[in-house]
Amino acid sequence: MKQRGYALLMTAVLLAVLVAYAIPVLWFLLSSFKPGSELFSLPLTLLPQDWTISGYVTAWTRFDFWRYFGNTGLVAVLTTLLTVLVSAMTGYALAKYRHWWLRVFFICILATTMLPTEVIMPSTFAVIRELGLYDSLAGIIVPSILTATGVFMFRQYFRTVPDELLEAARIDGVGEIRTFFSIMLPLAKPIAITLAIFSFQWRWNDYIWPLIVLNDPNRYTLQLALRSIVGADNIDWSVLLSASVISLIPMVVLFVVFQRQVLSADLNSGLKD
Amino acid sequence: MTSVTDQVSLEAAPATVRRDRRRPPSGQRLAPALFISVSVVLFATFFVGPAALGIWYSFTDYSGVGDAEFIGAENYAELLADDQFWASLGRTALYTVLAVPLHFVAALFVAVLITSPAARGKSLAKIVLFVPWLISPIVTGVIWRWLFGENFGFVNHLLALLGLGTVRWETDADWALVVVLLAGTWGGTAFNMLLFVAAIRNIPKSYLEAAEIDGASPRRRFFSVTLPLLAPTSFLVVLLGTLGSMKEFAMVQALNGGGPGTENMLLVQYIYRTGFERAEIGYASAVSMVLMVILVLVAIIQLRFDRKEDLA
Repeated sequence: MKQRGYALLMTAVLLAVLVAYAIPVLWFLLSSFKPGSELFSLPLTLLPQDWTISGYVTAWTRFDFWRYFGNTGLVAVLTTLLTVLVSAMTGYALAKYRHWWLRVFFICILATTMLPTEVIMPSTFAVIRELGLYDSLAGIIVPSILTATGVFMFRQYFRTVPDELLEAARIDGVGEIRTFFSIMLPLAKPIAITLAIFSFQWRWNDYIWPLIVLNDPNRYTLQLALRSIVGADNIDWSVLLSASVISLIPMVVLFVVFQRQVLSADLNSGLKD
Repeated sequence: MTSVTDQVSLEAAPATVRRDRRRPPSGQRLAPALFISVSVVLFATFFVGPAALGIWYSFTDYSGVGDAEFIGAENYAELLADDQFWASLGRTALYTVLAVPLHFVAALFVAVLITSPAARGKSLAKIVLFVPWLISPIVTGVIWRWLFGENFGFVNHLLALLGLGTVRWETDADWALVVVLLAGTWGGTAFNMLLFVAAIRNIPKSYLEAAEIDGASPRRRFFSVTLPLLAPTSFLVVLLGTLGSMKEFAMVQALNGGGPGTENMLLVQYIYRTGFERAEIGYASAVSMVLMVILVLVAIIQLRFDRKEDLA
């Protein structure tokens, strides 16, 4: 009896938490289906009185979403591919070879998590400009490739791969680089997938790099486009709500497809970007 | 489960006892050098470079164009007398002090709930709780701005219906900060929850069962068994939370732009404003250097603290 009461209590608390976490999104979603006139008319109602997609239509026609999706998608996909490759190579070197300079470099990577580059953005901007990357998508991609999280995730994983595998490959005369690409990298596929999902999310939702690098509205990513709506003196809420919902769609699809990998990810070995 | 610092100490330990003293063949030196080459270049270009350049700029009057002229410590002197700088620094410190415990408790609380064998509906709960992770900081700001609008928001509408009167979520600086705290916690729970859930799963069941047999109450089991065993993860959550709060920017941009006025302008926004909107890169770099020193100190203090925990 006591057990049952406890179970009931826990379930009730969990339900309350869920409602609290769901309300902001629900209110936002439902509001996006209200006509502009209904958004501010009192009394507010939870459900739209007359459902409409007019906000979506306006948002879609007024903003060049295909372009923003294209820009953001290109940046997110390319950066993710490069991040996975670079992280895997670096993590592998740090896990499977012993040299003093590797140890030093590991500490360097660790330092990047303690000192995020947002903090030094004025000089980072100057560096990007000197490299000729200002106002180009490459200017967002290249500086975002190296992430400590990715390196740590692969390093942690490759440490669990027995050294005997590497020794065996050496005895068979397989070169170090070929061993990595044809034996080790395929082994680390689960880590690569997890990192790819996380990296895609970081890049899709990134704001600060695009903000300091991009100038031409034609190269804007989704987040910058949204920011230009919300930063206006008179916010057009009907458009803003719909545009925000549209920007979420790719992430939702990604989550639905990779839900299992995301929710079971053990990130303790890595670090947040 | 190992925290970052554990890995460092492991790394430093003489773990290579069984290795022979023979020098490894050159391939085993060339290959790792090649593997890390791209990372090294990126690290030097986008981390060391800007950091060094930032130190130099902070002693100049660089405005983004033309030459940077050395002006000694003038920027720093000006900074000491800059009220807006102190206000931003104070607000950032206040935000961090409030946000870190809030993020920590919220994430641990939901992690315990969804790993509790007693509660029902956990798989649905995990998905619902994870939704905020999908949402970008900008859209998170939009969502909370919409919810807490002073004249049109759902929350004020409910408060008015309950006869509690409306709250000045936008025009009162402290209430505005409360909204930022709530939105930040909401957005940050999912990631920290994942960390805690993984750590809780790794706690051997036998520990908790033994405590239960000894008659420990659920609360006692949590505070005396679970929480101490989560220490490495707790440390990570606090460290990441502190760094994340100190550099909060995007979400606030969309939520209230640091308003009302500049009362909730946090440090990174202040750097952005001076460096990019007012094109005082030299001055902004001086602010950056102050923030950098603070972050290094925070990291050192917390790493120290973590070491002590390990010894206890």
